[in-house]
Amino acid sequence: MTGAQMIVEALKREGVEVIFGYPGGAVIDIYDELYRTPEIKHVLVRHEQGAAHAADGYARSTGKVGVCLVTSGPGATNTVTGIATAYMDSIPMVILTGQVPTKLIGNDAFQEVDITGITRPCTKHNFLVKRTEDLPRILKAAFHIARTGRPGPVLVDLPKDVQQGKAEFYWPEEIRLRSYNPVYDPHPRQVEKAYRLLESCTRPVVLVGGGAIASGAHEEIRELAERLHLPVTMTLMGLGGFPGTHPQSLGMLGMHGTYYANMAVANSDLILAVGARFDDRVTGKVDAFAPMAKIIHIDIDPTSIQKNVRVDVPIVGDCKRALEKLLSVIKEVGRPEKIWREQFKDWWEQIEIWKKRYPLTYKQEGDYIKPQFVIEKLYELTRGEAIVTTEVGQNQMWTAQYYKFDKPRTLITSGGLGTMGFGFPAAIGAQMGNPDKTVIDIAGDGSIQMNIQEMATAMEQGLPVKVIILNNGYLGMVRQWQELFYERRYSAVKFQVLPDFVKLAEAYGALGLRATRPEEVEPVLREALASDRLTLVDIHIAPEEGVFPMVPAGRATTEMILV
Amino acid sequence: MSEKKHTLSVLVENTPGALARIAGLFSGRGFNIDSLCVAETLDPTLSHLTLVTRGDDLIIEQIIKQLRRLIDVYRVVDVTEEGEFVEREMALIKVRAEKETRAEVLRMCDIFRCKVVDVSPRTYTIEVTGPQSKLQAVIELLKPLGIKEIVRTGVIAMKREKKAP
Repeated sequence: MTGAQMIVEALKREGVEVIFGYPGGAVIDIYDELYRTPEIKHVLVRHEQGAAHAADGYARSTGKVGVCLVTSGPGATNTVTGIATAYMDSIPMVILTGQVPTKLIGNDAFQEVDITGITRPCTKHNFLVKRTEDLPRILKAAFHIARTGRPGPVLVDLPKDVQQGKAEFYWPEEIRLRSYNPVYDPHPRQVEKAYRLLESCTRPVVLVGGGAIASGAHEEIRELAERLHLPVTMTLMGLGGFPGTHPQSLGMLGMHGTYYANMAVANSDLILAVGARFDDRVTGKVDAFAPMAKIIHIDIDPTSIQKNVRVDVPIVGDCKRALEKLLSVIKEVGRPEKIWREQFKDWWEQIEIWKKRYPLTYKQEGDYIKPQFVIEKLYELTRGEAIVTTEVGQNQMWTAQYYKFDKPRTLITSGGLGTMGFGFPAAIGAQMGNPDKTVIDIAGDGSIQMNIQEMATAMEQGLPVKVIILNNGYLGMVRQWQELFYERRYSAVKFQVLPDFVKLAEAYGALGLRATRPEEVEPVLREALASDRLTLVDIHIAPEEGVFPMVPAGRATTEMILV
Repeated sequence: MSEKKHTLSVLVENTPGALARIAGLFSGRGFNIDSLCVAETLDPTLSHLTLVTRGDDLIIEQIIKQLRRLIDVYRVVDVTEEGEFVEREMALIKVRAEKETRAEVLRMCDIFRCKVVDVSPRTYTIEVTGPQSKLQAVIELLKPLGIKEIVRTGVIAMKREKKAP
C-alpha cells in the first residue's frame, strides 16, 4: 500500500466523514487517493485558514474530531491561526500538512517550512512522519491524542516521499502511549471534601466553563443545580452548558458578564468551577476575585488547576464523571431538598435584589437599530434552536448576552484566542456537520471581511448558512475602548470604505438582504431564516452602541461600568 | 513567596522534537532554565534530562504540571523536594600556568582532587567534578592565577538511596 493510501485508509477507520482542505504540490498524492474515495467528503475552501476554522466548527458542533488537509509551506502556515484558535479552546482537530521530501527537509526547498516547529506552542502534539510504515500508527495516535484527555489540535506533517513510499498496512486497534495517560476518574476523597464544602457554605455559585461542554456534563450540572438549588453562571465558552433560560441561571460572568453574576461571584463563599480555567476575562483583577470564596475546581487538565487562582479542593478528572460521583455522594447522604433550599434562602434573596437592580437592558427607540434588539429577535424567531457562531468583538458579546443558549454545542465562538474571521468558516463546518439545523454566523463588518472569500465555499457546498452582519462601520470593540479609556481618540477604527454587502452576496450567487430601520429587522430576519441558500443580512446598527456592563481590563469584576 | 532553586529529573521519550518541546515550554511561558543536561538512559527509547530552574512554589508547581502535560514526557521528579540527593557537575578549566604559578596550580588541583588533562608550556587544562559549590570554589581560587577558558556541563542529579533498611 502507498503512504497516501494508508492515510486515506486511516481516515476511514477513524470514521472521518468530511475533510476541509486545499490541495497543493506536496499533497497531490493524498488528493489522488481522495478522488477514488467517495465515502470521504472533501470541502474545498478558498483559504487554508478557512479550512482550519471549518474543521474546528465541525468539531465544536458535532463533538467529533475535525480534520483539515493542506499543502506544505504557505498552505501549512495559513492554518496556524486556526490551529491556535482550536488550541486555546481545547477543540479536537487533526491537521494534515504536506511536506517536502525527507531528503530535502532543512534545505529551504520550494514551499518548505518547519511546520512542526512553528506549531509546537499551539498544538497539543505534533508529528513529522519519517517512514511510510509509521503512518498508520502515527495517525491512530494523532486522533487518539486529539480527542482524549483535554482535547486539542494535533498536526501530522507528511513528507511527499513518505506519501509515495510503499509498506505493509498495519492498523493498531488499540493504542497505548506510555507517556500519555489522562486521568478521567476523580479522587473519591476530593469529591467527598467538595460535598462537605457544599454542605457548609451559604453563598455558593456554580461556574460552568467550556470543559463542561467538551465532556458532555450538562445533564449532571442541571441535576446538581436543581437538587441543591444552586445559582449557575457560565463563561463565554460555557454558555449552553446550563440552560440560559433556567431560573437559576445568572448568565455569563466576567468582563461583559451580567451585574448579578459578577456580584454573586464576588460575594460568594464557595465556587464550584466545572471545566473553567479562570481566564483573565473572567476573573478581572485576580487579587480581588471572589475574596471570600473557597474554590472547588474540576478539570481534566491538572495544569489548569491552581494556575490563576488559589484552589481549595482540586478535582482532576473528567467533568461528567466527577459530577456523577458528586451526585452519587449527594444521593447517598440523602439530605432533603428542603434543607438545601433553606440553606441558600438568604443568598437567593440577595441575588434576586441584584437581578432587579441591574438587569441586562437596552432601549430600542428612535431610528437606530439596536444590535441587542437584533439578537433578541433572532432568538425569538429561531426559538433558540439555531447553532450560532460568532465573530469576535461587540457582535460576539451581544450574542453571548442576548441569545439565551439552552443547549450545549449551540454557541460556537473563539473564546480563548479571540479570532476575528472565525465565525463564518466555523459556520460552514457546523452546517456540514448539522445539515438539518439552522446555522447562523453573527458578524461585525470588520470580522466578516477577514474570511469573506469562504462565501464561495458555502455556495459550492449548497450550505444555507445565514450571516447576520451587525454593521456599524467601526471596529466597534476597539472604538468602545478608545471612547472610554482613550478620550475618544478614534485611531484606525473607522472604515472609510465598506463593500456593499448585498451586492457582494449577489456577486457570489447568494441572497443579500439589508435593514436600516428598526421596523425592517423582523421581516428581513424572517426572510433570511426562510431562505434555503447562503444568505447575508446587512443590518445597519446604531454606530456608537457599546457593550455593557463592562469591567475595565485589570479591574475587579465588581467595578462594572453599567451603561 | 521566595524563589528557590529546583533540580528536576525528567524522563522523556527519545524522539526528535522532545527536547525542543521542553525548551520551548520554558521560553514560551517565561520560565528560566539555569542548566540542562540530556542523555540516553539504560532504555534507549527514553532520555534522561536534569533541569535546574528557579521560582516560587506556585511557579515550580506550574512548571512540573506543564512538563507532565507534554505528550512525550514520561516522568517528572522534583529531586529537590524528594529528600537527599547527589548532585554533580563537571568543568574543564584552562588556566594560565607559567614558571612562577605552575606549582601553585598543581597544588590547587591536588587539594580539590582535579585532574590535569592537557598541558602546554603556558597552560594547564584541568578537569574538575563535584557539586556546583565545589566548582565555584575552584574557579574562584584559580581566577587570580588567570583562567583562559571554562566549559561546564550543567548539573546532573540523583536521589540518594535510603541507608537504613
